[in-house]
Amino acid sequence: MCRFRICTLILTYQLTAAGFRSCGTKRECESAVNSKRPVNLDLGKFHFPLPAITSILHRVSGIIIFVGVAFLLYGLQLSLSGEDGFGRVSELLDSFLAKLIIWGILSALLYHLVAGIKHLFMDMGIGEDLESGRLAAKITIVVSVILIVLAGVWVW
Amino acid sequence: MVNSVTNLGRSGVFDWLIQRVTAYVLALYTIFLLGFMLTSDVNYETWSALFGQTWFRIFSLLALVSLGAHAWVGLWTVTTDYIKSMGPRFLVQAACGLTMFVYVVWGIQILWGL
Repeated sequence: MCRFRICTLILTYQLTAAGFRSCGTKRECESAVNSKRPVNLDLGKFHFPLPAITSILHRVSGIIIFVGVAFLLYGLQLSLSGEDGFGRVSELLDSFLAKLIIWGILSALLYHLVAGIKHLFMDMGIGEDLESGRLAAKITIVVSVILIVLAGVWVW
Repeated sequence: MVNSVTNLGRSGVFDWLIQRVTAYVLALYTIFLLGFMLTSDVNYETWSALFGQTWFRIFSLLALVSLGAHAWVGLWTVTTDYIKSMGPRFLVQAACGLTMFVYVVWGIQILWGL
């Protein structure tokens, strides 16, 4: 379902970016289509609209969480194995690399959560138009950036 | 209607429902666990006491099973979008499925300490 929505957004954008215009009569249209004029498809000028970027980030963060669960389960197992194991996890979390990994997983988790809540709102019919969709994408980015920064402060 | 043999619910609507139901479970679990870590003094006693309670073990296992289903629907969508040829796609999907199975069994072992 969401796949189709993204495609529509990208398609709409590309058509405008490529400069499709309505041309008056049928004859004018035919001559415009058949003419050998150069087509300016400057790929450097194409940009993903924000809702497409939040969508792809949702996928990327999902994959990161999927891999990250292995680290989380390892940490959980060690922390529940006894007093020593719990101490070992605290010790591990003092190292810069472990903090970075945990912050990375937390960031992916928080982003995925916020973007997921946006999806649940969209199920209720909120944020499905072009304008409200763009606004919802902006809110998703702003809220998750704030949460990710706070998570960084919490970890360090 | 498109039928696929590899998606979890065998129909897009059922996949959609699985994705939503598990999303609610995972969101609640994540918010609860983050809330616990932020509001209470986490040390070995409080941590093991939380995971020692049956309701929380059940909640954790529910979250883990939800994660498996949620990740399967999500990764199935992603792999069918980006891996076009059948062989590699099937291999990647099989690897994802195996990983999820390992997560669930490993999680049961951690939670009930078998």
